[in-house]
Amino acid sequence: MSVLAWTYLLVGASFALYIGIAIWSRAAHTRDFYVAGGGVSPVANGMATAADWMSAASFISMAGLISFMGYDGAVYLMGWTGGYVLLALLLAPYLRKFGKFTIPDFIGDRYYSNTARLVAIVCAIFVSFTYVAGQMRGVGIVFSRFLEVDINLGVVIGMAIVFFYAVLGGMKGITYTQVAQYCVLIFAYLVPAVFIAILLTGHVIPQFGFGGSLEGGGYLLDKLDGLNTELGFAPYTDGTKSMIDVFCITAALMVGTAGLPHVIVRFFTVPKVRDARKSAGWALLFIALLYTTAPAVAAFARFNMINTINGADGAGALYSEAPSWIKNWEKTGLIKWEDKNGDGRMFYAKGDANEMTIDRDIMVLANPEIAKLPAWVIALVAAGGLAAALSTAAGLLLVISSSIAHDLLKKMMMPNITEKQELLYARLAAGVAVVIAGLLGIYPPAFVAQVVAFAFGLAAASFFPAILLGIFDKRANMQGAISGMVVGITFTAAYIIYFKFVNKTAGADEWFLGISPEGIGFIGMLLNFAVTYAVSHLTAPPPEHIQHLVEEIRVPRGAGAASQH
Amino acid sequence: MTRERRQAYWKRNLGIVLKLLLIWFVVSYGFGILMVDWLNNFKFFGFKLGFWFAQQGSIYVFVILIFAYVGIMNKLDREHDVHED
Repeated sequence: MSVLAWTYLLVGASFALYIGIAIWSRAAHTRDFYVAGGGVSPVANGMATAADWMSAASFISMAGLISFMGYDGAVYLMGWTGGYVLLALLLAPYLRKFGKFTIPDFIGDRYYSNTARLVAIVCAIFVSFTYVAGQMRGVGIVFSRFLEVDINLGVVIGMAIVFFYAVLGGMKGITYTQVAQYCVLIFAYLVPAVFIAILLTGHVIPQFGFGGSLEGGGYLLDKLDGLNTELGFAPYTDGTKSMIDVFCITAALMVGTAGLPHVIVRFFTVPKVRDARKSAGWALLFIALLYTTAPAVAAFARFNMINTINGADGAGALYSEAPSWIKNWEKTGLIKWEDKNGDGRMFYAKGDANEMTIDRDIMVLANPEIAKLPAWVIALVAAGGLAAALSTAAGLLLVISSSIAHDLLKKMMMPNITEKQELLYARLAAGVAVVIAGLLGIYPPAFVAQVVAFAFGLAAASFFPAILLGIFDKRANMQGAISGMVVGITFTAAYIIYFKFVNKTAGADEWFLGISPEGIGFIGMLLNFAVTYAVSHLTAPPPEHIQHLVEEIRVPRGAGAASQH
Repeated sequence: MTRERRQAYWKRNLGIVLKLLLIWFVVSYGFGILMVDWLNNFKFFGFKLGFWFAQQGSIYVFVILIFAYVGIMNKLDREHDVHED
């Protein structure tokens, strides 16, 4: 069977599975719709959280990024996993005990203020839309390359699928489809990685092959360091970012992860506080499976790529004899060759001698072809990429829908609507959000890549301190939380806007302490903490019943199902 | 449940969380970032040690930390009689 036939078969089968699950797990109540009825087992919730969290960026782009960044890629690896430790130890159990549906619920109730609630709603919606646009784009790219359909048609098909199970099933439908999507995506990620590890290093486990030696002798990483240096790049295991920047980006990503609304809300879906803790552990275990494989894939892919393009002798391979994947991917524009010296040979290096333009996304998508793996493995990567993008998109759409129907309409604008009406509004909001997300995927605003820093920076600088102090400092009050969030968001947003849109050419010399816009959320978070703490202690303490609420969420016993009352 | 017992439980909880977060900080920010150059002088299989912590080791420790926390807290909840059901 051809690659295309395999791809249609595997993608079709996985879509049929998701739709089947959606019909089986249809939501009947708002509780089902927002938190899956609060009855999901910790292992299933862990898998769903992992699929929810691992987006098109994790699946398609991350290994490629690391491949080009070397050591510096650690900011993503540690940043996007370490946040789960913060979640498990500092937030998840207490938010579960609190027992409402959303982050704005917690912020609004804990700080007894609808202003605080509104700030949280705006942040949640902004963060989610930023994120979801990228997912839809990822869906489009996979469709266009692997199924040879138009990118826009690909986005529309993706929208239709997500619309179907998010609007129909709500959190319940999403949770169980995400479990299936996790299985598809992890299998799709590991199979090519294992194949390539065996081919290159003889190890079955990619994590061992990463530190293993090559067939001709010598460790893979030493060889890569050598190749990189020879071609004018920094050694693979060294990187080029300053230490303070690596520190701040890692911290901003960790704290941002712990503050992302679509991740936090997953811990409302388990029955008990104990389960919330355990489920964070399972989630990280399932995520770690991909995240410890990714750097191995990155190293393998870089080695294979340099060898294919520059040839085993390092003099450049003849373009006329180039393998088919180079020509396949040239059509999509993700790889380009410009024969500068007219010798008919390709050459990849840093500086003037370089003749190749290589998009980093290619490292995962073309990896099976580069390693000459069978057709079904290539098709599997397509199904996996779609699973990663769709599961994350669905989780985000649910946050948008619950923010609008529950937090904005029910809690602030029309408190008298019935549960049935609220459910209808939630479905409507999810539907509208899917359409907007699709439009963002079809007409991607030029700044999608730039605003990803926003999503994490804002989550880090707004939610995290407000939630953390809400639990750990009884004295934290409305005035403190609102001023802290406003200062944190304003500072972070201003810094990112200035360096990403106004003064785009500014380099590390002009950055504050050498911290890039990607890492500034960490400083925004510190500011938020300082302001919230100072203002809270200078103004009147929160009312008696709020202090009582805080004491109550600190002990596990008595956690009922997540509810509205 | 009395105020003192609540506070005793909360104090123990904070101590556990702080200790685990210290390990969290040391393996990632310590070994993976601040001390990476020094640790890179040592070899761990085919890896430089600092590089291994930054791209592999810290993640393994994160997973272990959460499960350790789950175990310790389940025990603590029972000791202080605040466990569920």
